[in-house]
Amino acid sequence: MNINLTLIGQAIAFAIFVWFCVKYVWPPITAAMEARQKKIADGLSAADRASLDLELAQEKASKELQKAKQEAAALIDQANKRAAQIVEASKDDARKEGEKLIEQARAEIQQERVQARDALRKEVAVLAVAGAEKILETSVDAKAHSEMLDKLAAEL
Amino acid sequence: MAADTPVEYIQHHLQNLTYGKLPAGYERVDPYTNDVTVLQEASWTFARTSAEATDMGFMAFHVDTLGWSIFMGILFLTIFRMVAKRATSGVPSGLQNVVEMTVEFVQTIVRDGFHGRNPVIAPLALTMFVWIFLMNSLKLIPVDFIPQIAHALGLEYFKIVPTTDPNGTFGISIGVFLLIIFYSIKVKGAGGFAKELSFTPFNHWALVPFNLVLEILGLLTKPLSLALRLFGNMYAGEVVFILIAILPFWVQWTLNVPWAIFHILVVTLQAFIFTTLAVVYLSQAHEDH
Repeated sequence: MNINLTLIGQAIAFAIFVWFCVKYVWPPITAAMEARQKKIADGLSAADRASLDLELAQEKASKELQKAKQEAAALIDQANKRAAQIVEASKDDARKEGEKLIEQARAEIQQERVQARDALRKEVAVLAVAGAEKILETSVDAKAHSEMLDKLAAEL
Repeated sequence: MAADTPVEYIQHHLQNLTYGKLPAGYERVDPYTNDVTVLQEASWTFARTSAEATDMGFMAFHVDTLGWSIFMGILFLTIFRMVAKRATSGVPSGLQNVVEMTVEFVQTIVRDGFHGRNPVIAPLALTMFVWIFLMNSLKLIPVDFIPQIAHALGLEYFKIVPTTDPNGTFGISIGVFLLIIFYSIKVKGAGGFAKELSFTPFNHWALVPFNLVLEILGLLTKPLSLALRLFGNMYAGEVVFILIAILPFWVQWTLNVPWAIFHILVVTLQAFIFTTLAVVYLSQAHEDH
């Protein structure tokens, strides 16, 4: 319990330890700790930013989706209209075609009728000539009476 | 070992291993044979009795205190330097974790207690805290353990806890005291420091002598209280450990185990208190009014 030179020795040792700690121990440790703190802070802020970005992206995506849906709906609408128009137009065409065909058929029928009537007329004329011959018992010169026969046929 | 009675045992355990200068004509009494030899000339030697250690006066070293404190200091610096060299900013591993926890703890002490700007204070506080903690921890080694080994090696006295030696604690607190004076003069200037001592707490010229006495006393109290608080706590704890060691061996554990567990707290607490107060004193030295 005596105070002696130990005191000074201890003080010198203390001074040397403090010097060493200030110079070689403290700076690297605190530098590493600060670097880690910075890393963590950066990481956290990056995560924050990322989640914000994600939110924005989701918002954007949903907007895009909405827009696309609207566009699609518009397109379908247009297509429907167009289809209806086409159907309408083709119906029209078909009707016209049909009418044309009917017209043609009618014309043909008419023609055939005319032909048939002509043929009949001729036959009637021949029959009439034959009947007349029978009645007159003489032949009728077809050539000489052709004018009259034609007239008759036309009258039929 | 010159320890026959309990009183002698206790005294023996409280005596440091002293290497010092005995004056010429000193009568040395052999502790075992009581033979008296007279020194022809002044000589440096190990004290063989407490009386010799006292008679050596100021020109003596406590070899055990110095040795163990320096050993603990080097242990602290070696471990921390090793970690500092390999310190990564990635995921820290075991030892680095411990070191970083300590550093953070000290950083908190300094942030709370120190209001100036000085890059030396925090490492200073770290040194004080860890060094004192390690020195105090030596107390948890059973009191007879290392002294017995030392005795087997021929050393009469051996006290391993440097903080139970007032020289050990005063050595540190005087270092702190010198820093207080240094920073006071550096921050406030010699004139500013003198003015602070003269005109606080009473700002009147007639009260300058009174202020001076009060402030210088206050200044001197700082290292004194630092050193004596640490020494007192550690010394008292040591004495109790020695008293327990006198008891029969089969009953000792009922007392020294709880006391040692309690001292895990005391060891840390005293290191913490010393560091915190030193930081606060240094903060006061940096305050410019």
